[in-house]
Formats: sequence, C-alpha cells, structure tokens
Amino acid sequence: MLKELILILMGGVLINNYVLQQFLGICPFLGVSKKVNQATGMGIAVTFVMLVATAATWPIYHYILAPDYTYLQIIVFILVIASLVQFVEIILKKFIPSLHKSLGIYLPLITTNCAVLGVTLNNITAEYNFLESMISTLGVGLGFLLAMVLFAGVRSRIENCPAPKCFKGVPITLVAASIVALAFFGFSGVVENLLGA
Amino acid sequence: MTKENKLMIILRGIIMENPVLILVLGTCPTLATTTSVISAFSMGIAATIVLICSNVVISALRKIIPDSVRIPCYIVIIAAFVTAVQMLLQAFLPDIYKMLGVYLALIVVNCIILGRAEMYANKNTVLDSALDGVGMGLGFLLALIIMATLREVIGNATFAGIEIPFLADYKIPVLTQAPGGFLVYGIVIAVMNKLTEKKGGVKRKSFSCEGCPSSATCNKSTCSNTSNKEVEENA
Repeated sequence: MLKELILILMGGVLINNYVLQQFLGICPFLGVSKKVNQATGMGIAVTFVMLVATAATWPIYHYILAPDYTYLQIIVFILVIASLVQFVEIILKKFIPSLHKSLGIYLPLITTNCAVLGVTLNNITAEYNFLESMISTLGVGLGFLLAMVLFAGVRSRIENCPAPKCFKGVPITLVAASIVALAFFGFSGVVENLLGA
Repeated sequence: MTKENKLMIILRGIIMENPVLILVLGTCPTLATTTSVISAFSMGIAATIVLICSNVVISALRKIIPDSVRIPCYIVIIAAFVTAVQMLLQAFLPDIYKMLGVYLALIVVNCIILGRAEMYANKNTVLDSALDGVGMGLGFLLALIIMATLREVIGNATFAGIEIPFLADYKIPVLTQAPGGFLVYGIVIAVMNKLTEKKGGVKRKSFSCEGCPSSATCNKSTCSNTSNKEVEENA
C-alpha cells in the first residue's frame, strides 16, 4: 500500500512530470520562470491550488456527478476550480496576509492553468481513490515546482548567452526546455527499479 | 465593411497573428498533440469548432453578459461546447477520442479560445467574430500540422500513418517524444522569426500575459511584468 503510494508520488514528480513530459501548464512554466524566487512562488501556489482543487473535485465527482451526470465533469470542474481560487485568495487575504502577499499574485493566474484542470481530470480517469488522488496531486505539484525551479536556473544562464538573432527570446527558451526534458528522460525506470523486486 | 476587410480578418489569424507561431498561445496542446499528423489534425479541428461556436455565442451575448462576471460566463460557454465536441467524438470517432485523451477536455483552458473571446468576440459583431474564429482556428490548425509533419516524418518516418520507405533507417525517435516537441517548436518559431524579420507590422510577442486570458482576471494588462515588480519589492 505504502509502496504504491510512493510509486504514485515519485511517478508524478519525476517520470510523468506534467510540464516536461505531458506538456500541461506550459504557460506559467515559460512565463514565470525568469527568476528562481518567482518560479518557487508560482510552483508552491500551483501545488497548493492543485491539492485544494483535488480535495474538492474528487468528492463532487464521486458523490454528486457519478454515475448519471458525468458528462457535466468539465463544466463543473472548471467552475469549481475558478471559484475555489477566488475563495482561497479571499481567505488568505483575510487570515494569513503574509502568505497572501507571497502567493496571492500568482493565484488568479492559476485559474485557467491547464495543469490544475488536467490533474483533477486525470485523477478521475485513473480511478484513484481519495488518498491516491491526493498523493498523485502532491506528486504532480512537486514535479511542477521542481521543473519550474530547475528551469529558472537554466534560464538565468540563457539570458546571458549570445544566441543567433532569430533564436532570441522564445525559441531559445524552448530549445533549453527541450534539453531539460531530455534530462528528465534519465528518470524513467529509476523509481520502479528502486522500489521494484 | 467591404469584402476585403472580411478576408483580412481570416488571413490575420492564419498569418500575421498566428496564435501559435506569432502570439505563442495555446502551447500546451501544440506540444502535446503534434506527435502525429492525425492527432494534430483532430485537435486543430476540434479546437476550431469550439472557437467558432464560442466566438459566435459570446459575440451574440456580448451586450447581455455583465462586465464583472464575463470571464466565468465565457468559461461556461466554452466548457459547454467542449463537452459537446467531446461527446460527439466519443460517440462517432472513439479512436480519436482516446488518442486526444485529456487534451480534448483541456480545450476549455486553451488560451487561444478564451483570449479571442476576451480580445475580439466581446467587442465585435457576430459575423466578424465568426470569421475571426475561422481565421484563428485555421492558423492553429496550420501550425499544428506543420509541427506534426516535422515531428512525425523525421521522428517516425511516417506521414499520417503512411510509412515513408527511404527514411525508415534514419528516424530520430526522440522527436516524437517530449523533448522533441519543445525542440521542434523552438526551431519553427525561430524560422518564423527569420522569415518575418524584415516585414514590418508583424507583432512580436514574448511570453507575456497580453494574450493570456487570465490577465483580465488579474485586472492587470501586463501581469507578468507587474508580478515581477511586486516580487522584487517583496524580496
């Protein structure tokens, strides 16, 4: 049981990394990764919202929508996530202003982040139970954070390198992302081997 | 408006303001579904249909929807169309439904669709919005097919599933996987930059919130810049 959970967690962080292997949440990955502290803030905010969103959407799907209204999944999930983000922002602003100050600016950006909707939908498709869903979400969030922080480090170096004119800006960033994604290939199989046998 | 102007609306989406290659929007489906020409084509068509329908409806309702709750309204309209497309595909083309998987549902949060609703459909007439949807949709489709062709032909030595015999020994499989997606996308944008270098009038944009639908939710026109500043101040 514990082994399965660790497998799900590590799988989310390293192997099925949402950003680098599944291309979910590319916009914040490329947009907010110029500086390491920003990238960390965004990563933590996304992880947080993902966890809250999963905790809300899993019961909604299994106790309200299933089995008759599953076709409403997309509409309900996106609305729940959007309102939840607003709600979390208001709560944070009122009760934990220090946390709001550091995460608050990223929260509205996350509403339409496809990684958040993606992880909630994937948890349903994978038929995880509640605990597995939360663990998998945590893995995905941490994977997102890891990718953001790693890439922010890579990117601060790109800014200083003399790329050809037509590669400046967006293209060279994408090429760098490609190399980081290639590096993540090395992880495939590692987790199974560590815990396997 | 003259007929030429209507044509311009369509062409603008395909070339001058190509959502994928120039505005750098909708990167997630672009990277994820271009592993094969067939899935890229299906994704492009599905997104185009949703885009046209949502543009028409949002444009028709633009005077009824209150300004303060417009984004949630757009999301509901878009989600409804995505659900419809998803159910139709599931019923009639189950193979493609399986191939696109979660990315089909994620058309809801595709920046291009929400972005066009926010930037174009809520300010223009129904016909213009529909044409804008056609143009942007075709631009998206075109970009997806260019990328998918490159990735499938070089990476897998096939085109839309048909094998290309003399390339089979030289295929580079990594191109059909994740790193290849980023690499091909980067190179295609670089080529576009080179081709449009001398032409004026082509808007060049970096990753910014300008096209991002969330920018409206943040109430900041350039939210990434603003957030940069705020972070610096906090730090």
